[in-house]
This record gives sequence, C-alpha cells and structure tokens, in this order.
Amino acid sequence: MNGKPINNRAWLFVLPVLAFVLFSSIIPVMTVVNYSIQDTMGANNFFWNGDAWFRDLLNPTTAIGERFNDALFRTLAFSIVCLMIEVPLGIAIALCIPRTGWLVGVTLVVVALPMLIPWNVVGTMWQIFTRADIGLFGAALTGLGLHYNVTQDSISAWITIVVIDIWHWTPLVILLSYAGLRAIPDAFYQAAQIDGASRWAIFFNIELPKLQKVLVIAVLLRFMQTFMIYTEPFVVTGGGPGSATTFLSIDLVKIALGQVDLGNAAAMSLVYYLITLTVCWVFFTIMTQLERRRDA
Amino acid sequence: MRQGALPKIVLAVYLVVLMLPIYWLINMSLRTNSDIVSGLALWPRHPTLEKYFQIFNDPTWVHGFGVSLTYVAINTVISVLVALPAAYAFNRYAFIGDKHLFFWLLTNLMAPTAVFAMPFFNLYYAVGLFDTVWAVALAHCLFNIPLAVWILEGFVGGVPREIDETAAIDGYSFPRFFVRIFLPLIANGIGVTAFFCFMFSWVEQLLATTLTATNALPFAAVMSRSYSVSGMDWSMLAAAGVLTMIPGAIVIWFVRNHIAKGFALGRV
Repeated sequence: MNGKPINNRAWLFVLPVLAFVLFSSIIPVMTVVNYSIQDTMGANNFFWNGDAWFRDLLNPTTAIGERFNDALFRTLAFSIVCLMIEVPLGIAIALCIPRTGWLVGVTLVVVALPMLIPWNVVGTMWQIFTRADIGLFGAALTGLGLHYNVTQDSISAWITIVVIDIWHWTPLVILLSYAGLRAIPDAFYQAAQIDGASRWAIFFNIELPKLQKVLVIAVLLRFMQTFMIYTEPFVVTGGGPGSATTFLSIDLVKIALGQVDLGNAAAMSLVYYLITLTVCWVFFTIMTQLERRRDA
Repeated sequence: MRQGALPKIVLAVYLVVLMLPIYWLINMSLRTNSDIVSGLALWPRHPTLEKYFQIFNDPTWVHGFGVSLTYVAINTVISVLVALPAAYAFNRYAFIGDKHLFFWLLTNLMAPTAVFAMPFFNLYYAVGLFDTVWAVALAHCLFNIPLAVWILEGFVGGVPREIDETAAIDGYSFPRFFVRIFLPLIANGIGVTAFFCFMFSWVEQLLATTLTATNALPFAAVMSRSYSVSGMDWSMLAAAGVLTMIPGAIVIWFVRNHIAKGFALGRV
C-alpha cells in the first residue's frame, strides 16, 4: 500500500460502508457484550454479573465449560479434516481442467453449481441421498455390507458431514486454483519444456509457487467456513447422534435460541468471535505480506 | 501443457460424482411418494410434474420464492452501490486508519453468523423491521458489503492509475470521471461482485429464517415448515429443492467467464 497519495477526504467514500456495517455489526456485538456480563431473573431485570459467565465457560470442569471444550474440539477437528482433503483434491482437479476450449465454460458452471444451492437444500438433498431406503449413497453403502446409518451411528454421521462439505466446497478451491493457474504465462511452460522438466518439476517449481496467494485465500476462507458450519449438519443430523456432530455454531444456537440461556450464549459468542478474529488477523497479515512482496 | 487422457478421465469422474446428488434430487422430484417408498429406481419410471404444479399453485410457496428473490435483489443493489466508492478509496488513497478499517471489514465477513442470530433478532424487532424483507436484506449486508469491497478493490487495482490522472487533465470532474469512464472499465468486476452478493444472500439460511416469521418467510423456510407439517413428503421437498437451484444456475451462466477471477477476489 505504498506510493498512494494521502487523502483523508477518502473517508467520505468509506462512510456509507461504515454506516451500514456499523448498524449490522457494532450494535449486535454490543448487545452480546451486554448479555455476557449480566444475569437475569426474568421479566427483563438484569443485574451485573462480572466475568462469571466467562469463568464458567473457560473452566472445563463446569458443565458449560466441558460442553464448550467438546464443541470447540469437534469443530477444529472437522475444519482440519476438511482442509486436508479439499485443498489437495481441489488443486488436482484444477490441473485437469483444460486452459482453453468450449468445455471450460461449461465445466466451470457445473463445478460452481453446488455453491449456489441454499444450504438447507444441500442438507435436504444429502438427507435423501444418504438414506438407506430411498437414497443412492446410503443404499450403495448398505448394499456393500457396510454399517452405515446417519441418525444412529456417530461415525457414519461424521463421514457424511465431511463428505457433504467436500462435495459442497471443493469447488471453491478448484475455481481459485484454476484462476491462479490461468494467470501463469505460457512462456513459463515453454521454458520448462525446453529445459526438459518433468510434470512433477513443473508442478513444484512453477505452478505451486504461483498458486501460493490464491491458496492462502482458499485455505483461510475454507477454514472460516468450516469453523462456522451450521446449516448442513443441522438439517442432516441435527447435531447428533447424541452430540457427535454438535459443532460450535449448532451448540451456540441451541443455547441461545433453544434454551434462551442468554449469559452462557453471549459469553460463548464472544469467545467464538475472538477465536475467529485471531485467525482473521493472521490471514490479513499473511495477505498484506504477500501483496507487499508482489509490489516490491 | 497437459497431455494424455488421464486428466480428462479424472475430470469426467469428478463431474459425474458432483452431479450425482443433484441428479438424485431431480429423480426424486419426478416420482410420487408411493413410488419413492416402494423401492430404489435409478431413473423415474413414471415421471410426473405433479409436485411442481402443486408448488406453483400454492400461494405460500410462490410468495416465499418472491420474498427470497426480493431480499437478495435489495441486498445485492445496496452492497454493490455502497462498496463501489469505498473500494476506490481503499485502492487509490492512503488515509488515516485505512488498514485498520479494511481489517475490521474483513472480520465481519468471517464472523460466525450464529453469533449474530440472537442479537439480530432483538435489533430488528426493536426497530420494527422484524419479519420484513428489509430485515434480511440489511442483515446480509453484514458479510456482503465487506465481500463486495474486497472483490471490487481487487478489480479497481487492475485499472492503471494513469487513467485517473489523464481524465483529470482532460478536465473531467470526479463524479463524471467515476461514472462515465471508471465504472465501464470495471464493469466485469461489478458483475462478478453482484454475482457473489447474490450467491451468499441466496444460500444463507440461518439469519433469513431467524429474522422472519410469516409475512416474509423465505422459500427455504417454507420448505422446512412443510417438512414438519406433512411428515416426510420427499417428492415435494425434492421438487422445491430443484426449484431453488434454478436462479443460481441462471446467474452463474452470465458470469462464467469471469467467475474464476472473481473467486480469487480479483487478486490474480
């Protein structure tokens, strides 16, 4: 961001954005902060409660603390598993898409299709698809003699949610990687051919370095999205069986809107939000470093 | 650069697997419930459009579809209009607090929506917008405006600064330059941004269902409600699901050539 003229009147251009986002961000966040430090006896009587909600939440020996810990661990595990599969798969598929030709447009449209389906429809679609009686996936697995039951068996439920996420969001990694690959000039490939470089050498020495920036975007967008996953597990498993697929967002909505346990929910929201904020900061720092390197 | 049949086979297999769940949904939507329950069938033996006609003739469903499209449209227009000047400012000028502001915008894009469900409910209830399309349209601004600023900033960066300077020397006033010269130059970027705002507003359901009750019930909420009322009307759910894919499929066709760049947030 160097070499730009300093002009503080540019703030006027940013004001509309600020007004809208302040309205939809600061006020709700302050509401949460408000709930997180108060307790209520009902009838809209609130009193000061200090950091008690937070102490409970962060102490794994309390009921809510244990619940939060479990959900956090589950969500992190889910994010990591999804990333480890989606990123390599996405790069591999992107490498298979031709650089030019009439097929490219059609392929990209088909690849992007899952991302344009409302999230609860994605859930419904997979709910049908994984049922042993009427779904192809469920029937096929049961037919192979596997023990597969989404509503009864935790392992099945987990695998299903991961498969759904892979189906739903690998396209994002594919499209990002494809955009990165297309930006590599043909001359790079020609030079590699003259040098007699192998396919692997081209991948590791030309393609992967050039993909670095889009991959940072892909990894972090995917991390955030998996970390806040709600709708698909809510529709398909409802967080179960037991609490096997109760991820942070699901637990939070259960506590906030289901049990109307405002103090616990608010403290949990804030801690959840702070974790997200930290990751976002790391992301932003890496992004700006990369841009600076490009500008230099 | 890529030779051989292997990439083509891999790609073909991937696309088939990708389409399977979608195909299965279409298959279900064309069969009657009794037919579905009677056993698996890889394709509908007696295809019927009965459920689609039922949906089109039921005012609740039609209204729900209209509601969804309305708040998505309002949100897309607001997001793009508001983000355009901001994206220009972020890309072209340094000003006090610019980096912090940009970072703060990004944090909203990445905030878990579940965190906002309860306070949003209180907020929109208090200002009297609860159960209107405006509530959902404004709520989705939370992540769509930052997203729009981010994508557009990338596209603005693709326009050389010399163009701004030349226009100023040629005597263009800033508003005239912005509308007559600059906007046409980033038309693709605007299209892609609008597409992304459409997409994220169309697919988001947690806020959309939390902020509505009866008057502004989105299509997807009608779906989950009919779920509990009619037990397991698989065929109806499938037909409704297929219908929700159509707007997305139409919009994506228009931006197909720019979509890859858009997903890279204009940063390739």
